[in-house]
Amino acid sequence: MINISLETGLLLAGILFFMGFLGVMVRRNVIFMLMSVEVMLNAAGIAFVMAGSHWHQPDGQVMFIFILTMAAAEVSVGLAILLQLHKHYKSLDADAANKMKG
Amino acid sequence: MTVIFYIAAAVAIITTGLALTRAHAVHALLYLIISLLGVSVVFFVSGAPFIAALEVIIYAGAIMVLFLFVIMMLSVGKANIEQEKIWIKPRTWVGPGIFSLILLVLFILLVSGFSDTPINSAIIAPKQVGISLFSKYLLGVEISAVLLMAGIIGAYHIGRGRGKVKHRFMEESQ
Repeated sequence: MINISLETGLLLAGILFFMGFLGVMVRRNVIFMLMSVEVMLNAAGIAFVMAGSHWHQPDGQVMFIFILTMAAAEVSVGLAILLQLHKHYKSLDADAANKMKG
Repeated sequence: MTVIFYIAAAVAIITTGLALTRAHAVHALLYLIISLLGVSVVFFVSGAPFIAALEVIIYAGAIMVLFLFVIMMLSVGKANIEQEKIWIKPRTWVGPGIFSLILLVLFILLVSGFSDTPINSAIIAPKQVGISLFSKYLLGVEISAVLLMAGIIGAYHIGRGRGKVKHRFMEESQ
């Protein structure tokens, strides 16, 4: 049906992953860092689905469902931490929380 | 169909780039939703319609709306956006940009020549995925259930209002 190689699919996943990686490193706002982590997880999912359709096995899609589950759990905990950060420091700067204080 | 793949991939990459460079959180979120829809089209044309639907429903529909709710709760004002613009000056992008570009080039070199044969894009039906999910990966499903439960309890525990005391061990020091 479509004439693309596995290489192209992995390239798309790689580009998106490194964009997310760059976002995590550069942004200081915690909301944007969480969004970048989502981009990275999504890129990993693309790699799994592409490999799954290359070998025509459902395993890639099963792995994507697991990644989706993990992303949902990660985001719920991450956003709860973000709300606490905002409540205590009145800021979304990741550097505001550099002291653990026990 | 090949053209659709390339267009959707280009849309996904461009909108992800726009999303990660916006100063306003809601704008970034909307670009990210477009990016996820583009990725969903990529899944659809490469023979994974079930995953394409899950991407739209769960990623774009549920997780991004969760982000939107939190941004609305925090009521990001003009001052935050100005602060954000100061944080994302071009100078801060140089160092991380160079190093992640090096890693990306290494990744491309590793992947290129991996497999030139076109991918088998025949549709893998949801039935096959379901059978595989609930037979071979049943343990994984159970562990995912435990993970989601831990996520719910963790989010409740962290997000609950506790008055002035941050932790029960800190009551003496307060």
